Amino acid sequence: MFHTHHSIAYAKGKDCYVAGVTPGKGGQEVEGVPVYNTVAEAKQATRCNVAVIYVPPPFATTAIDEAVDAEMEVVICITEGIPVKDMIRTGDRMRGSNTILVGPNCPGVITPEELKIGIMPGYIHRKGRIGVVSRSGTLTYEVVDQLSKLGMGQSTCVGIGGDPVNGLKHIDVMKMFNDDCDTDGVVMCGEIGGSDEEICAEWIAENMTKPVVGFIAGVTAPPGKRMGHAGAIIAGGKGNAYEKIAALEAAGVSVTRNPSEMGKLMFDMLSC
Amino acid sequence: MKIHEYQAKDILRQYGVALPKGCVCFSVEEAVSIAEQLGGSQWVVKAQIHAGGRGKGGGVRLADTIAEVRDHAGAILGMTLVTHQTGPEGTKVKRLLVEEGVSIKNEMYVGLVVDRVSQKVVFMASSEGGTEIERVAAKAPEKIYKVVAEPSTGLTMDEAKFLAGAIGIPDTLHAESGKIFQALYQAFWDKDASLAEINPLILTEDSRIMALDVKINFDDNAMYRHPDLQELRDLDEEDEDEVTASKFGLNYISLDGTIGCLVNGAGLAMATMDIIKLYGASPANFLDVGGGATAEQVTEAFKIMLKNECLKAILVNIFGGIMRCDVIAEGLVNAAKEVSLSVPLVVRLEGTNVERGREILNHSGIAVINATTMADAAEKVAAAGV
Repeated sequence: MFHTHHSIAYAKGKDCYVAGVTPGKGGQEVEGVPVYNTVAEAKQATRCNVAVIYVPPPFATTAIDEAVDAEMEVVICITEGIPVKDMIRTGDRMRGSNTILVGPNCPGVITPEELKIGIMPGYIHRKGRIGVVSRSGTLTYEVVDQLSKLGMGQSTCVGIGGDPVNGLKHIDVMKMFNDDCDTDGVVMCGEIGGSDEEICAEWIAENMTKPVVGFIAGVTAPPGKRMGHAGAIIAGGKGNAYEKIAALEAAGVSVTRNPSEMGKLMFDMLSC
Repeated sequence: MKIHEYQAKDILRQYGVALPKGCVCFSVEEAVSIAEQLGGSQWVVKAQIHAGGRGKGGGVRLADTIAEVRDHAGAILGMTLVTHQTGPEGTKVKRLLVEEGVSIKNEMYVGLVVDRVSQKVVFMASSEGGTEIERVAAKAPEKIYKVVAEPSTGLTMDEAKFLAGAIGIPDTLHAESGKIFQALYQAFWDKDASLAEINPLILTEDSRIMALDVKINFDDNAMYRHPDLQELRDLDEEDEDEVTASKFGLNYISLDGTIGCLVNGAGLAMATMDIIKLYGASPANFLDVGGGATAEQVTEAFKIMLKNECLKAILVNIFGGIMRCDVIAEGLVNAAKEVSLSVPLVVRLEGTNVERGREILNHSGIAVINATTMADAAEKVAAAGV
């Protein structure tokens, strides 16, 4: 409710949030928005095309499945704590559909001064030309705040979340930013665990036409321990921060070891 | 969540996997009694701790007589077993597994993990068993065969038999091995495992296939729906502070440095640990208070951190989004009054209501070192913690 209120209040939110879905509460109204029993009903009544999901972990993937079946174009799942097996099933189930999934366990997506879908604090953002893609929530706010204070606004910020099995990966968002005429440079935040950053680095080396700044959290993380995010774990000797940093640097990404310098590095790169 | 070898074996037994006969015990007399009941002429006495490398650490011993079972049990029970996975402080052994001795002809490896590239479960098999799979992956990756299992079908019998052949199991045992591989997959899937390994999977001298050692880890996110698995948890094997912290909804991990950290958000918390290191000091812990951070949680977090004798300073780094800086400041003030801060406290607040938050701290009467940026905070806490 808190997040709905703030999302509707931000920029063009009032025009964009057209429906709520809660089984059993169809016919009610929340924050001036009509509530429906199912996504399909909501779509029929309002022509909505994006779903944001806050459903608790035991039922979250059922909600994602429903939104996919209703042919939502984008589904953004904020929920943290979803069992990995459920995401494996849901991910497999939605293969072949046209729906884009963001998350789960993510802060959401924001195009500053246009639309906010998620839990990020709107006021730290500024409209501008830097794209941000990140697995973290508050670390992303840190980057955004640094950029805003340097006078560098953001085109769009995409939180892809901290789970190991999920929707958009770094590479998917990087491709979108490469093709986006409103974006001049990208800041990419990664962390230990998995190989998203390495896979993205390989693509960047061959294809990226815009400057990229990177930061990888977890240089000091011990192996085998889950550092908060379900996906932030160095397992089987793989996924440590040093390898990711090396892969990004080899691909021409400017990587900083200092999280205080992410904004400054992008500023310097674009000033040249 | 981790469990012991004997518990993992109990699970696989329910899925029909062939295992050595044996039983867990907690005393020397029980160990002897089990060995006598098992009969035969050889037994294995195995320390039950979560960490691997027990053999090399002297925690796995063969016995040819009941007297030797007694001796080994007496030696292992109560020992502080040090392996390359326990850390130098080792782990106290409180449980033993006593099994029939089995003749080993070949040792192989089979295991399952979630493959993050394919976003599915992958089944791995190798003829190189009895050693850590990471070592095989590093030295001879071509000796590891992988099949990505389709969620809709699981591991098929064709796939299982292919793997059996690939790792050198005789044709006559392909069907039986296939059943074992499928059973392992099913256990992994049913129980929301994150890792399931049989290492080694053995071919005995009399041509039987058997799982000699089993390891299963579980997805913490899924344990709410497995109360039976939750009961297998052994708190003796977990870090006391981490257990206490989780009771208060704090995500806490002990490290071996001197600077305590309290941060909101896992990514920012890791970045805070990293920047502390960058400025020449060393983090004492990882701590993510999440989006909530009540005064009670902050107080408990301080209590846990202050128990650490190595602690020299604390860094609080909060970027308030939903979390308001004035709320966190009030929590800090209450906590500092309740626990009597014995080390310097550096606080860096940013985001929602930051001015109000800083005002509260300045008027609190607590000695707080204010910081503006993360770099400023790291520099100050490194200096304060000397």
